[in-house]
Amino acid sequence: MYNILSNERICEGIYLMTVEGAFQEARMGQFFMLRAWQDAPLLSRPISIFNKEHNHIQFLYKIAGEGTRLLAALRPGDSIQLEGPLGNGFPDVMGRTALIGGGIGIAPLFYTAKQLDKPDIYLGFQQESYLTQAFEPYANELVVRIGGSVLDDLDLSRYENVFVCGPLGMMKAAARMAEGLDTKVYVSLEKRMACGIGACYVCSITNTDGNRKVCTDGPVFLAEEVKWDAELSL
Amino acid sequence: MRNLACNIAGIPFANPIVMASGTFGFGQEYAKHYNINKLGGICSKGLTLEPRPGNRGIRVWETAGGMMNSVGLENPGIDAFLDEEMKFWEKIEPVKIVNLGGSNIEDYVLGALKITKDTGERRKAFLHSVDMIELNISCPNVKEGGMAFGIKTDVAREVVREVRQATSLPLAIKLSPNAENIVEMAVMCEEEGADCVSLVNTFSGMKIDIHERRSVFSNLYAGLSGPAIKPIALRMVHQVARELTIPVMGMGGITTAEDIIEFIMAGAEVVQVGTYNFMNLRAGEELLAGLNRFMQKENIKSLDEIRGIIR
Repeated sequence: MYNILSNERICEGIYLMTVEGAFQEARMGQFFMLRAWQDAPLLSRPISIFNKEHNHIQFLYKIAGEGTRLLAALRPGDSIQLEGPLGNGFPDVMGRTALIGGGIGIAPLFYTAKQLDKPDIYLGFQQESYLTQAFEPYANELVVRIGGSVLDDLDLSRYENVFVCGPLGMMKAAARMAEGLDTKVYVSLEKRMACGIGACYVCSITNTDGNRKVCTDGPVFLAEEVKWDAELSL
Repeated sequence: MRNLACNIAGIPFANPIVMASGTFGFGQEYAKHYNINKLGGICSKGLTLEPRPGNRGIRVWETAGGMMNSVGLENPGIDAFLDEEMKFWEKIEPVKIVNLGGSNIEDYVLGALKITKDTGERRKAFLHSVDMIELNISCPNVKEGGMAFGIKTDVAREVVREVRQATSLPLAIKLSPNAENIVEMAVMCEEEGADCVSLVNTFSGMKIDIHERRSVFSNLYAGLSGPAIKPIALRMVHQVARELTIPVMGMGGITTAEDIIEFIMAGAEVVQVGTYNFMNLRAGEELLAGLNRFMQKENIKSLDEIRGIIR
């Protein structure tokens, strides 16, 4: 069990939790399974790493259901159970890189930005932006857009690598934009999970060469390998 | 330490804690989190003759005290299991049980033959191998086969008989709580030479998205498991255990050592732990410690002292 240092409301439905502890080396794009209850809800919640320092870790999350509502009710001094880091995060890449986040999809990109050498960062929000200032020191160029699609401001051909996290439709659109380009697009997918460690097969997605598990093969996948029509029809 | 030893068809289990099919992968994932060699046994992910992609759409939904799954037997197929996963199974100590699924009788028989042949070859090479087959005639999440075999006793009899003839390995039959008559089904399994019955698999359930006006599951129904089903599962284990001479592996919503004791008192030889693995990555280790503590406190020296004491 770990001690919660703070659990701050950032804006409507968005919270940033800071948990005390020295966690083992975590890669950009990995996640933890969070649990702060005994029996109900039954399952733990997979939440990506927003930030990690030597003595604490942070999770940025949106209230989406019962589990995240319970997480949001936690106070400093409360205990939480963390399992992780889990999953296969963003790869080490060479060359010019852009990070693209949509809404709560910005969550895994802050820690990622800190690991990279000043990427260009594009953050898009539907109604209200949040935590964008935190990205500034780690960005070569920071573009924030409220309303519409952040992809509209973007020329993917400028980049060797693009890391995207956001709504499925946005990630699919980024994959389409990269068709015919040399740009490699990596997407961080989200899926309901049970075990989080690859045992239950609950979080499978359809890839060009068969099923893949979001929890262990992902959550990060090469966009050109994801069968987007299958995923979007779910 | 208490005596937790159990036995099914001459196979010794160090303790009664067996990890249920579909919740433990092939064991490797959990081996990163605790010493799974402490477990009594593990059941493989449900395996079919050919690889299966599983069901489309949402595969899990939480309910009050439980969860529904609609994985639909996604698995790499028996050949891939024998080629890849057995390398790990050769190195581990718990009793190793293959859960065998199928869409028709021929698939079940061919699957059993492959596993039996592979086991014979590994044993000749003095390697750990599969100890038991658990025949899954009760998966509610595949349209053809699966539970269709597990509802009517006469239909199930043919599968059990054919697989029994195809394998010399100890054979457990995993029963469905959706069976028309679970006691009659279990008696049939004993008559046809099964070495054990395991029960219960998940209950067929449903969840409707009232805004979209459709079931959340592409297969309409899904299998309900977890603490919510425990009282019904316990009753079924009790009803079946007192009618059989072969042992029962009992399961359904176990999350504590006290739950295990209940199933043993109802007549189970060993228990299977399923959904709790998702609630606690170290479920096996913690249940085993809890079981020892409980028996110490209650001065129970051996599980045989309490097995089946509820008449």
